[in-house]
Amino acid sequence: MAEQERKGWFGRLKDGLKRSTGQLTGSISAVFTRRKLDDEALEDLEEILIRADLGVQAAARITTEIAKGRYDKDVTDEEVRGALADAVANTLKPVALPLELDAARKPNVVLVVGVNGVGKTTTIGKIAHHQREIGNRVVLCAGDTFRAAAIDQLKIWGERTGAEVVARDSGADSAGLAFDALKRARDVSADLLLIDTAGRLQNKANLMAELEKIVRVLKKQDESAPHAVLLVLDATTGQNAVNQVEVFRDVCQVTGLVMTKLDGSARGGVLVAVADKFGLPVHYVGVGEQAEDLRPFDADDFARALCGVAD
Amino acid sequence: MFESLSERLGGVFDALKRRGSLTESDVSEAMREVRVALLEADVALPVVKDFIAEVKKQAVGQDVLRSVTPGQMVIKIVSDHLTEVLGKESDGLSLNAVPPVPILVVGLQGSGKTTSTAKIAYRLRTREKKKVMMASLDVRRPAAQEQLRVLGEQAEVTTLPIVAGQQPVEIAKRAMASARLQGYDVVLLDTAGRLHVDEQLMAEVAAVRDAVSPGETLLVADALTGQDAVNVAKQFDERVGLTGIMLTRVDGDGRGGAALSMRAVTGRPIKLLGVGEKLDALEAFHPDRIANRILGMGDVVSLVERASESMEAAEAEKLAKKLKKGQFDLEDLRGQLQQMQKMGGLEGLAGMLPGAKQMKQQLAQANIDPKMLKRQEAIISSMTPKERRRPDVINGSRKKRIAAGSGTTVPEVNRVLKQWKQMSVMMKKVKKMGKSGMMRAGLSGILPKM
Repeated sequence: MAEQERKGWFGRLKDGLKRSTGQLTGSISAVFTRRKLDDEALEDLEEILIRADLGVQAAARITTEIAKGRYDKDVTDEEVRGALADAVANTLKPVALPLELDAARKPNVVLVVGVNGVGKTTTIGKIAHHQREIGNRVVLCAGDTFRAAAIDQLKIWGERTGAEVVARDSGADSAGLAFDALKRARDVSADLLLIDTAGRLQNKANLMAELEKIVRVLKKQDESAPHAVLLVLDATTGQNAVNQVEVFRDVCQVTGLVMTKLDGSARGGVLVAVADKFGLPVHYVGVGEQAEDLRPFDADDFARALCGVAD
Repeated sequence: MFESLSERLGGVFDALKRRGSLTESDVSEAMREVRVALLEADVALPVVKDFIAEVKKQAVGQDVLRSVTPGQMVIKIVSDHLTEVLGKESDGLSLNAVPPVPILVVGLQGSGKTTSTAKIAYRLRTREKKKVMMASLDVRRPAAQEQLRVLGEQAEVTTLPIVAGQQPVEIAKRAMASARLQGYDVVLLDTAGRLHVDEQLMAEVAAVRDAVSPGETLLVADALTGQDAVNVAKQFDERVGLTGIMLTRVDGDGRGGAALSMRAVTGRPIKLLGVGEKLDALEAFHPDRIANRILGMGDVVSLVERASESMEAAEAEKLAKKLKKGQFDLEDLRGQLQQMQKMGGLEGLAGMLPGAKQMKQQLAQANIDPKMLKRQEAIISSMTPKERRRPDVINGSRKKRIAAGSGTTVPEVNRVLKQWKQMSVMMKKVKKMGKSGMMRAGLSGILPKM
């Protein structure tokens, strides 16, 4: 544990991404130890990117970018790897923005949404932990009143982090609960109110309407709320993530993204496709199960870790 | 699931069908598009490559290109391969062992293991009349054991009492011992979510497997998984030894590539599909039907099954009797509307019929609201029993009242009445034709001209 902490965030991310990196760079090395960058080589490169979940479009775009000025020339593994990292970082840099809280606002209202099982509750626990560490007063709203024991899960996070949890019984109306939680957060002039929601697939119209209702109800107390709507994406998700962003953005005006579970193998590439298409800020990435395993998103680190460029 | 893949492939196939003759380059072009379609559906790249290579090899054969309908031949080859990749037969859970049979449920975090465990338990209890116990081995996620306990209450399935501080292997042994003593048939062991690259946790689940030697080891996987699906399935299979796969979130609009990939890479059958949030939202996996659905050929078998499941026999008989007499009132129409809704509404039905894609588009273009069935039902429900039995009494002021009561408008009420009228005329025709007449004229004889 202590040793892990010393590694710092880049080390952790790199550790987390090692498998994917190993796979991705392993295949790049195999293609480009030193050879001519011809059509066949480019096609191989494109396939490698596809395998990292970049999606056909983004993969094609980056391949074309890398081919620029290098086509039909002899290239080395490192050169291609560097170019790949640059291309990925260039796409992601504009979206690598921290989650900004307004200190004057009591509370900042942050709504957390996403499909089932992406790690919304855990992400909230981690954000709460981080905010408590820097001395902010945090209130959590156990808005997932559907999944069995989700409320208990958030309560445990509340105990761990010392954040107050506003909850009702399972099956309660989440919009009403959100209203109460906002009231409570205002009363105690908390700095941050994090609202959990039940996971929902983006093609279920009635569940999406419920989200709209939560937003509507929050606005009754504070016209400017919610100040941020975070969509949590699972790094193992494939091209469907693009669709998730699209629908959630339309329904509840998502302001930023969190990508979780970046500590497995080949993954995260879909973030490039998402950045390409929507340009929504990516605030955090999750690289493990511990409270510290949520870190601000850094485009260079991410791209370098993904492409296996040495520090 | 599979809809957009189906749509993409449909486009490619339409182009193929339109051509009288095919050259090798036509086939190559089509295969390039199939490749992109599969990749966009998150089918793993190695699987896609094999698939394309195999299809191409057969499709450019002389027999195909010289045949009268080369386009159809290519489509057939693709469809045959798709079925092959998905698996031929449908495999159920195998519980033929000395009870209690342990079923080990494994998977990544958030793939839906706990919910799936409860769904399987519910199905075994209700459909196969098994005595089922569930035990959560998840000592990591906060409140995970509690989640299974609550689900157990909902499913009316026993869960092993929680003993704080016990480790997974101990819990598994305790579950087996307790199930043996109490005469349970099946023990479902829900494990903690783990990354397939986490050595320590993979060793832990292997230890559980060794301790209980499960009859089934199911990998629960998210249908929305991307390219990583193959790695996940491969690793779990190598480390734990899978006997089957359960796909979850099949009701999402994911493209189901994971289904193709995992089956192809591990050779393990997909046994079950999770299709919703409720406990009974669990379906058996039928590879041939799924292949047909992907190829836009519809899934009529499932449709018929769904119809027979939701159709209550007694009610059907009652209706048949009435029809014999040539009576068909608004009560009957309401019954039918409810029936259709039980079967998944207009959209659900349309999705299973051949040419589903075009039909859905037509539905959308015709501005047919999927909620129409519900509104029509509301209209009929706002009538008095007398009005329902004898719709002729419904006059202008009654219509106004019905519209207000159902939150609709008078024109909408009129539309329902017109629909009833058409149907009752049709029913009278059926009666006149008798059984033999219907056989001769077929359905076209009774359906109103559209």
